[in-house]
Amino acid sequence: MFGWTGKILHIDLTKKSFKIETPDLDTYSFYLGGKGFGTRYLRQCVSLPWDHPRMIISIFTGPLTGTISPTSGRVHISSKSPLTGAIADSSIGGKLGFRLKNAGWDGIVIKGTSKTPIGITIKDNLIKFKDAVKLWGLDTNAVHKSLKPGKASLSSIGPAAENGVRFASITADQHHAAGRTGLGLCFAQKKLKYLMVDGTGKCRVKNPAQLKRAREDILRLTAASPVLMGEYGFSNLGTGAVYDLMDNRRMMPTDNFLKTNFKYASQLNAAAYKKTYTQKKHGCLGCHIMCKKTGIKTQTDIKHKFTMPEFETMSHFTALIGCKDIDLVIKANELCNHYGMDTISAASVLSCRREIKSIDYTKKKLLSLLDDIALGKHEGKDLALGASLYAKKMGKPHAAMSVKGLELPAYDPRGAYGMALGYALSTRGGCHLRAYPISHEIFRKPVATDRFSFSGKARIIKIAEDLNAVIDSLTACKFTFFAAGLEEYANAFEAVTGIETTAQDLLKKGESIYYNERIINAVNGFDVKDDDLPDRFFTMAGSSGNKIDIPPINRNDFFQARKKYYVVRGLDSKGKPQKEKAKSLGLLRETCSLWNN
Amino acid sequence: MEQLVKKYADKLIRAKLGSSQGVSQPLVGGIDDILVWNRKADETKILKAVFRGLNINSLIFLRPEEPYGHLINFLGQNALEERSGHGIIHPKDCETKTFLHDLPVIDDFNADKIIKVLKKRKSVIIVPGKPHGNVSNNNALKRPAIIAHGTVSPEQCFVTISSVCFANFVKFFTDYLYDLQAGKTTKKAHDLFNLTIPYIQPLPEQLPQFTISSFNNESQVYAAVIEVGRKTIEYELVDSYFGNVSCYWNNTLYISQTGSCLDELEGCIDPVPLDGSSSAGLTASSELSAHVKIIERTGCKAILHGHPKFSVIASMDCEPKEKAACKFNEQCHIRCPKKRFAGDTPIVPGEVGTGKFGLCNTLPQALEQINSTIVYGHGLFTTGKNNFSEAFNTMMEVENYCCSNYFKKINSLRS
Repeated sequence: MFGWTGKILHIDLTKKSFKIETPDLDTYSFYLGGKGFGTRYLRQCVSLPWDHPRMIISIFTGPLTGTISPTSGRVHISSKSPLTGAIADSSIGGKLGFRLKNAGWDGIVIKGTSKTPIGITIKDNLIKFKDAVKLWGLDTNAVHKSLKPGKASLSSIGPAAENGVRFASITADQHHAAGRTGLGLCFAQKKLKYLMVDGTGKCRVKNPAQLKRAREDILRLTAASPVLMGEYGFSNLGTGAVYDLMDNRRMMPTDNFLKTNFKYASQLNAAAYKKTYTQKKHGCLGCHIMCKKTGIKTQTDIKHKFTMPEFETMSHFTALIGCKDIDLVIKANELCNHYGMDTISAASVLSCRREIKSIDYTKKKLLSLLDDIALGKHEGKDLALGASLYAKKMGKPHAAMSVKGLELPAYDPRGAYGMALGYALSTRGGCHLRAYPISHEIFRKPVATDRFSFSGKARIIKIAEDLNAVIDSLTACKFTFFAAGLEEYANAFEAVTGIETTAQDLLKKGESIYYNERIINAVNGFDVKDDDLPDRFFTMAGSSGNKIDIPPINRNDFFQARKKYYVVRGLDSKGKPQKEKAKSLGLLRETCSLWNN
Repeated sequence: MEQLVKKYADKLIRAKLGSSQGVSQPLVGGIDDILVWNRKADETKILKAVFRGLNINSLIFLRPEEPYGHLINFLGQNALEERSGHGIIHPKDCETKTFLHDLPVIDDFNADKIIKVLKKRKSVIIVPGKPHGNVSNNNALKRPAIIAHGTVSPEQCFVTISSVCFANFVKFFTDYLYDLQAGKTTKKAHDLFNLTIPYIQPLPEQLPQFTISSFNNESQVYAAVIEVGRKTIEYELVDSYFGNVSCYWNNTLYISQTGSCLDELEGCIDPVPLDGSSSAGLTASSELSAHVKIIERTGCKAILHGHPKFSVIASMDCEPKEKAACKFNEQCHIRCPKKRFAGDTPIVPGEVGTGKFGLCNTLPQALEQINSTIVYGHGLFTTGKNNFSEAFNTMMEVENYCCSNYFKKINSLRS
């Protein structure tokens, strides 16, 4: 077997034992890796509550991980979400993917619950369970300092997860996070404080010369991409480069999505960060784009290095909550990373609170609320539930800007109708990455589409979901696909695995993986009522200006597009998966309560 | 979707790649929940099967107008001779090589065979071997066809088809000149060359009038960029969707957006402040960095970039013995070590974008000496001191020079 190591590690934290699974090539070829394998194992415990001891957490690399295939070193973590009850998954960068593969594992499936805090260390075939009682309560940075991983990859949770924050995250290698859907709390429920992995092996590649050619094709395309490698692209300015664009296009979520334009944006953009902080490029292992940035503040005595905020954090900790203090964004980002909390959800729940209470934040109040959320103190206990449950508890459910319980990121859907559809239909809730329509609606790649039209968007969203399911299963980086495509990655896949493959073959696997997610959600009661947006977007206009009109989304047009999507995706009129379609996609390998088989 | 399929059928006709009547009428299909076509045609039966076999949302079938049909047929047949049933044309121009890699060819209008290729690549060329389905017009049987697909919009298919036609044109005329110089031209190539000569029209002698001669306010800047974009397409100095254009005013560079169509630039121009205060240039042309450096080095106010075909062909003209002896002869587009010229216009190596071998590292220096430079296998950049008129006129002059020089060289070699 080439590409894959052929071994999956199953860990039972209740018994503190492990066993090794060696799937056949057909199984690998069907699920690929990453997200694909995540859905495989989640389907096996689909109806269990998220905090059931037998609920799994899967951590998977992909077949390209550990090779020279560009930006393919990511890892996909999956479980059931404590925040939403739907699929929980997140792609994470850093070193974890490479190290797992170096150690000889395609992935890890963890079940069971330890009685006391525990850590897992993996060094090649040596798996150890480590007492982590003394680390419980430490933030992720302190854990890193304490364990000194060196070349190994270290992922850990912080106090937020330990204190039950529904949107707790997992931090890997200090600067990378599995942010969304509360996967940190899934770790905490199992009393798993950290995972440290190191290995000495190498990934076997069937045809190194072909892989080198595929790599050159991909690098040439990324070099030609303004978004990735251009003067104002992610490589130079980080993802914060998007900040100006969103404001100029009148789709920057402002004041909890009441407006779509922020008057202080020009003082808080990527250029302002570049001026204020001395930044250094940082990236995931195996990546040439290096979109991540670390920084220290220029012209002060503060010399400690911190992770620069991503675009979503920059936007939500300013426009969404009405703050204009650039240092506050850095501090809030650092607090969230150290406590182990998703910045998008944290800012959103604070934004929801601001609307409900009609009180603006001072710097001190905002930071103290972040402390309270992470440490489970005072009002923080309610805010830790996430925006949907918090708003409901406060008697103002409409103030929660979320889909399926997951708070919306920093693209206002009134400014991009594909994004509106993508948010509503996303299997993990309010997420921009499932269909990533920003690619064509804003970045004009592969070509531009009319952002104020639903025409053609149903199928565009469906195909893009299939594509991104493949990317998350190959565990490649979605950003690269602003430039390259499956055409190039199929070539890399073929070179690595020796399996003859086309772009469309991979897309077909993506369709199957995504349909599997719809099945998992449907078993848990999700249907058409959940494939919807908050009312605000259908009833209120955004902030028109700059010759751009931002009217409310026409609800009927949205429903029509959603109806078309159900047809294209092979769902029934209620958004439920159909047995025949599941069968045609090879998804009846597992029994499913939807069809009583 | 109905509007889109019609729009791109019309664009193919305007670009003279297709025609409004006869066998070269474009056939454009798009699907959201329901498949729609721009017109009825016998070919749709097979193409529907292609839609069913692929996860796509759009497709264009075109038997290109001449001379493209002749050229594609010739290169396609040659490719099939090398590998029966399924050949490959290897394009020589840089953009096609970067974005399409190579151009697969089959000899049968058969859904399964088409699907097999399109599962891997963005386009397939079908050269006449077997009839194209149950078609009623016999002329059609003799013409090659291109099929291209997209996952977002028929625009992708349009861009691909446009690239395929451009690539084949450039490849044939480049190869023909090279083969003549090497003394290995075939009779078939001679015949085809003779056949295509009537289709090669020189550019108009009369230069166009530009309505804006200087930039005094922002609205004039936008109008000037839009105007020169339209004229560049109208004079066939670039196929739609390629090339870019920029204008400097008030410490801001106004530049066409990436992937924008030069004859539809309204709303597709990014103002990029050069003081670094904004990153709104994120969607600007991939050549933004080169444009900025050109402005800085030359002090010009207007930059025009097109892909006039004979300028591109001239850039790849290298004497066979010299080429054989060059250690970089497999990487001419990024490493050509010789100072080369088309007339007075320098030819420089460089790839699209900002990589190590990016044209932003070679082009601006060259434009310091003269207001025109050809990037190897890619296209022509020209500048204007105060407005677009000078840049446009220079582009016309250089292309006319390259075209007439090409034919002079051919005639001399043939005689």
